[in-house]
Amino acid sequence: MNKITILQNGRIIDPANKVDTKGDLWLQNDRIMAPESSIPADASCINLQGHWIVPGLIDMHVHLREPGEEYKETIASGTLAAATGGFTAVACMPNTRPVNDTASVTRFILEQASQASARVYPVGAISKGSGGIGLAEYGELKAAGVVAVTDDGLPVIDSQLMRRALEYAASHGLLVISHAEEMALSRNGVMNEGLVSTRLGLRGIPVEAEAIMVYRELALAELTGHHVHIAHVSTAVATDLIRQAKKRGLKVTAETAPHYFTLTEEAVAGYNTNAKMNPPLRTEMDRQAIRLGLQDGTLDTIATDHAPHSILEKKVEFDRAANGIIGLETSLPLSLALVRDGLIEAMRLIELMSTAPARILGVAGGALAIGDVADITVIDPERQFVLTEDAIVSRSKNTPFLGWPLQGKAVLTFVGGRLTYDDLPR
Amino acid sequence: MNKEYRFQHKHLLEMGQLSAEDMLYILAIARSFKEISARSIKKVPTLRGKTIINFFFEPSTRTRLSFEIAAKRMSADTFNVSASTSSAQKGETLIDTARNLEAMNPDIIILRHPSSGSSMLLSQHVNASIINAGDGTHEHPSQGLLDLMTVMEHKGRIEGLTIAIIGDIAHSRVAHSDIIGFTRLGAHVRVAGPATFMPSQVESLGAKVCATTAEAVAGADVVMALRIQQERQHDPLIPSLREYACFYGVNRKLLELAHKDVLIMHPGPINRGVEMSPDVADGTGSVILEQVANGVAIRMALLYLIMGGDKGGVAN
Repeated sequence: MNKITILQNGRIIDPANKVDTKGDLWLQNDRIMAPESSIPADASCINLQGHWIVPGLIDMHVHLREPGEEYKETIASGTLAAATGGFTAVACMPNTRPVNDTASVTRFILEQASQASARVYPVGAISKGSGGIGLAEYGELKAAGVVAVTDDGLPVIDSQLMRRALEYAASHGLLVISHAEEMALSRNGVMNEGLVSTRLGLRGIPVEAEAIMVYRELALAELTGHHVHIAHVSTAVATDLIRQAKKRGLKVTAETAPHYFTLTEEAVAGYNTNAKMNPPLRTEMDRQAIRLGLQDGTLDTIATDHAPHSILEKKVEFDRAANGIIGLETSLPLSLALVRDGLIEAMRLIELMSTAPARILGVAGGALAIGDVADITVIDPERQFVLTEDAIVSRSKNTPFLGWPLQGKAVLTFVGGRLTYDDLPR
Repeated sequence: MNKEYRFQHKHLLEMGQLSAEDMLYILAIARSFKEISARSIKKVPTLRGKTIINFFFEPSTRTRLSFEIAAKRMSADTFNVSASTSSAQKGETLIDTARNLEAMNPDIIILRHPSSGSSMLLSQHVNASIINAGDGTHEHPSQGLLDLMTVMEHKGRIEGLTIAIIGDIAHSRVAHSDIIGFTRLGAHVRVAGPATFMPSQVESLGAKVCATTAEAVAGADVVMALRIQQERQHDPLIPSLREYACFYGVNRKLLELAHKDVLIMHPGPINRGVEMSPDVADGTGSVILEQVANGVAIRMALLYLIMGGDKGGVAN
């Protein structure tokens, strides 16, 4: 069956092809097609006046919790949350139970994902069981469908193992993602070290815990000549290290999350466990530095570090609460604020949220050229809504943005031409 | 005192929630209650029929007993639940345990717990009033108040005094409450100790960090030594107790630098010969046991005020 959909009168933003123009985008089945001279009788037309038409958003850092912690999230619920937030693809971290360190776990994830509302790119473990000793089988993992490796949640403590991971992963064409944390400095810490941790009597994590490990990863990237991707950058000092490394031509990419450019450590006040994450929320100075890093290209992509936890892990004493917040359904409005604030252009935002992660992961999407896969997000940049617990699609509700008035929302999400989310008033 | 003043707090979670006026009012009420403990029949009927639960997740002799005596002298019924006898041992969460206590209709729950913020958490999930009897490394407000009371009794004022606190500021909830309390009432607080004992940006609380104990103690009206809390230290902060005693212990020689009428304080329990030499603890100017006595009066005042004492007037 031949199905043609025409997205009409939208603002088409396609950073990969340097396009930002008003117009129509034609889809034929699962691909973007060249417009024809007349509209076929059986085509379905959608008027998108006032909307943005962009390549599907890609979140390269999410925790889908399946297998093992399905009470927090499943591949089905997590990808539905992704579609709701305008994401057409996510890369899922390997710290499930069991850890995704073997082809059989990868195959299970992909099988579950075959019915999902977004493309799922599994990320494998750097070390067996993410235990920090011995490499996982990257060749097998890659063959099964893994796009990158990381021990996310934990750093690779052993520098030699990290070096070998960079070398061996390169041989198999896999990206290495670093959770950069010097554990000796961060151990037992539950929030950023500083004024607020002192006031609340909570054990702090200094910014240097991130900076020291980011420096090591950059040094190892230099030593090996291979690409390293730094996950969830939270500090000014790490941003600056990455900026310097890029200037020297090192193969490094980096991501940050919306909470690091939106919130500061003050969000922890009142012992709010929904503001507890690792790395922790930092100071206003760090927040500003992250924003500048997104503006000047030091930070390549916005990823959510979507980390669902149930009230079992969150409605407890602060120091006993689990780290992490959900992010898929708030990433777009929080990131659109960067455009509204005049910090970046819309084109740069879509680069950060789609084109760059596609390029870093080496996956389809991120562009709107004829013949490209029809992974498309339609955004209403004006739509206002208040985030409520009932409206959250993710199985977990752990977000510090509950009750926040937000602006900007995905209204249509297409994955391979298939509509996975529809909130467009007609 | 403003005639319109009313004590408005349902819970006592931290010194930070109290205005200077609140603190002075609590001290005034405590002063009037202190006499009850000196009577031969040490009991007033003020809180008759009230149920107070001492919910203690950490070992405590002094604080728990002090609250219990305070409650009993006010004729409240008191019950003690400790971590080893509570269902926390069976994996029940703090909130669940508290809700079960709540179902038995206590009026006040007094909580001591190793997690900072635990009192605030509890206050959000139960209807009873919560008094924080020490939460992690955050605060111990009733101790802060009894320290204020003790200094006030001897000096007649807090404003303008110089208070030196020596020791493990980072891990001391008492220091935290004292710094807030004394500075809010206009005293100058100095802190000293090895840098490993100083919390990040402690100046933000209003304390001045001194490089040496001598600098902190010079001309001080009050010198307080803090207990070295071995049990709370996750990493090596000092090489040995011996070295600590040599460089940071409060002894007679150090006190020669202080004001001649210096008060010596310690929140207890004392490691004698470590943070304070025995002759100092027992010598002139030491008000350590008065702190304990005042603790009962302060806690009587807190129970009374939190139960809305003002509205009914003080019963004799």
